[in-house]
Amino acid sequence: MDNLVEMRGITKRFPGVIANEDVDFELRHGEIHALLGENGAGKSTLMTVLAGLYRPEAGTILVRGNPVGFNSPRDAIDLGIGMIHQHFTLIESQTVTENILLGLDEPRFLMRLSHYDKQMAKIGEQYGLQVTPDVKIWQLSVGEQQRVEILKMLYRGVEVLIMDEPTSVLAPQEIEELFKTLRSMVEEGKSIVFISHKLNEVMTIADRITVLRQGRVTAAGIDPASTSKAELANLMVGRKVLFELEKTQREPGKVVLELQGVSADNDKRLPAMRGIDLKVRSGEIVGVAGVAGNGQSELGEVITGLRTCTGGRILVNGKEVTNRHARTSIDLGVAHIPEDRTHVGTAPNLSITDNVIMKKYREPPIARGTSLDRGAAQEMAQGLKSEYTILAPSVETPARNLSGGNLQRVILARELSSEPSLLIAMQPTRGLDVGAIEGVQQLLLEQREQGAAILLISEELEEIFTLSDRIVVIYEGEIVADGVEPDAEKVGLLMTGGSRSSSKERAA
Amino acid sequence: MTATPSSARRSFRFPLELQIEPRMDSPRWLALLVSVVAVLLALVMGAVVLALVGGNPFRAYAHIAGAAFGSLGVFSDTLVKATPLIFTGTACAVAFKMKLWNIGAEGQFFMGALGASIVILAGVVSEDASRLVTLAAMVVGGALFGAAWGFIPGILKARLRVNEIITTLMLNYISFALVNYFIFGVWSEGGFQMTRTFQRAAWLPRLSDLAEQFPIMRGLTTHAGFILAVGVAIIAWYILFRSLWGYEIRLVGDNPRAAKYAGIKITRNTVLILMLSGGIAGLGGMSEIAGVIHRLQGSISPGYGFTGIIIAWLAKLNPLLVIPVSILFGGLILAGREIQPSGIPRLIQGIILFMLIASEVFLRYHVRLVRRPA
Repeated sequence: MDNLVEMRGITKRFPGVIANEDVDFELRHGEIHALLGENGAGKSTLMTVLAGLYRPEAGTILVRGNPVGFNSPRDAIDLGIGMIHQHFTLIESQTVTENILLGLDEPRFLMRLSHYDKQMAKIGEQYGLQVTPDVKIWQLSVGEQQRVEILKMLYRGVEVLIMDEPTSVLAPQEIEELFKTLRSMVEEGKSIVFISHKLNEVMTIADRITVLRQGRVTAAGIDPASTSKAELANLMVGRKVLFELEKTQREPGKVVLELQGVSADNDKRLPAMRGIDLKVRSGEIVGVAGVAGNGQSELGEVITGLRTCTGGRILVNGKEVTNRHARTSIDLGVAHIPEDRTHVGTAPNLSITDNVIMKKYREPPIARGTSLDRGAAQEMAQGLKSEYTILAPSVETPARNLSGGNLQRVILARELSSEPSLLIAMQPTRGLDVGAIEGVQQLLLEQREQGAAILLISEELEEIFTLSDRIVVIYEGEIVADGVEPDAEKVGLLMTGGSRSSSKERAA
Repeated sequence: MTATPSSARRSFRFPLELQIEPRMDSPRWLALLVSVVAVLLALVMGAVVLALVGGNPFRAYAHIAGAAFGSLGVFSDTLVKATPLIFTGTACAVAFKMKLWNIGAEGQFFMGALGASIVILAGVVSEDASRLVTLAAMVVGGALFGAAWGFIPGILKARLRVNEIITTLMLNYISFALVNYFIFGVWSEGGFQMTRTFQRAAWLPRLSDLAEQFPIMRGLTTHAGFILAVGVAIIAWYILFRSLWGYEIRLVGDNPRAAKYAGIKITRNTVLILMLSGGIAGLGGMSEIAGVIHRLQGSISPGYGFTGIIIAWLAKLNPLLVIPVSILFGGLILAGREIQPSGIPRLIQGIILFMLIASEVFLRYHVRLVRRPA
């Protein structure tokens, strides 16, 4: 009996939703147990129950064989159970050490930071977590911030570490780092619950897998060696997922987007794009593969007028949009699915209606002279809500109350309904579950059918391979390959600068 | 660190607990209900305080109500007090809706008064111009000066990203000094710190002007500024909630990055909105000197511009709600003179404010009291 944690018959309801129904979960000592499921399957809810944040309506939790009842996360931490949430809980203006000490009983009065700095460094070394204890959080990358969160839990003496979608914010190399850390923690005798909806990662890292679907367990504690990705996907979604999408042969038409030697800086005012040449034709999907932070975000932003170029020209349908206001490209029929849904793509406190009219409010029927026709706006929102199956009580629901998938549907509804001539799709399926991903990809292919030129920027290689007619690879702000085959190894090498400038097969 | 969370060791746990869950939708009737209940609870709390200090809360409330709303005469005075508050409250609501923190309505109010005075005292309109022409010129002067006082922080914010909280606040003091310069020096009347009384044509008509036809109007001080204020509030509401421009303002206010992404020119709107806000506050200053004081002097406002900030928040940045909230505040200001100690209405004002702001949580969340599970 080496179950460290046992959850039996856990039921947790939210108004109108059953998040967990009679769920059993077991965590053994020294294992990495993956909790797999779609968004909204109840993975995070189940684990927040274990971490003492939610109280279940029914069910018992046993830790080391003893029944326990948690009133707060502190109770759970006292028993060695800690959770790292998807959104970090760090204070940007304080140092690593200060963040870790926050809320603890020690130190009492004097901070004695240097003393604690040494302690933090020691624990970090023990688990292979490289962090400098005396730097401020805002100076750290997301990956480093995650290490601080892990360190925080280790310092509190946590034995069971729950990680909610830890890889969703990380670049591929950082994911490797994280996996190394997790393995070394297990060697030190810790146990880990790894929440994810990514099949590949789960297959790589997990010792055992439990699958949730619609709040119920569909497979408990299975061995990754004895299963396949297809079977897991089936357990997650409950139906066979088509990994092959229907894609027709299609000759690309005229050039819609043309970049001539475009350069731009990033937010830190360092060069992010260095003389990029690129053409996208009507009816063609061009996929940009690259490790995050190599200039692909800036690429999308200069085309849509959200970032100024430091050099070069950008033409849309032969018209100059270089360093023009965002409205110029909108008026030329450029649609944009932004990378950051909540901070760029939507206004959180405004209604769905106000969010879907964002790019159409200047034209009739929504604009009537200088007035806004609310009736027409609501009518349009109603139509889009049912067409794109946006799940919300009404079109007057504020955007902040929508789940990630529904928020993305609001954006898609707005951007695709304008029948764009050019679509800049940035990470269009990031954080979505398998079913939703399929839907989004289908929509992109429909736009291609209708003759839109599509620039697809994604970190999911598989997505780029399935959708793209042409693949380009971006590395350190340059297009290092144009028109490469969809071969993971080859593209992966190019993405990491492995075979730079070897074959610049430029499609003219 | 050693607390064991077994329920047996906790000696007592309250059998009920609060369950707080986010609301997906908050219907309009709920907002109204919550606000009314909040005000009622505030009055109950005020009653407790009154009782504790030995007063009779019922009599005190009756007296306050009587002093503010009890007769046509006092209600008219309440409206006079409410008029400048409607202007400043609307001015703040418009700017706040775009998350521009205009703390300078007070200064813009003074500038508006100065602008309207210049029209009269610098001879922009001749002394025997008709009432309509004189007042129209004063409206333009007041609005322009107020708008200019909004333009300065607006352009600084838009071009140089200077924090508008600081600039609008500081401009208040400059405007006080500027008004002082004119009333101490240029237009000083016989050494007093005030200008001469304006000619009759520069007075906004009062209800009492109609006393000959309608005897009931005798002595009623409510002036046409009130109608102007209500009109301005309605127009401001229409701009914010029914016009394309208002949509842009609300979008910028909620998420400037999304607004930029939607192709909205944020810098231009920043300048325009602060000018609109300043212009509305400036009209307030004009209305106050043309309707009540009839001259320019130092003490034209007991802080209407600052009270406007509170009123804008209580009205949830909705100019239409600014009107009733201002009337309530006007009544409490008036009652403050009647009640001894006069701190009581202000105390009640504070409790109402507190309760209304706290009640917001009920609109955002479902809050329920449930039996604690064993």
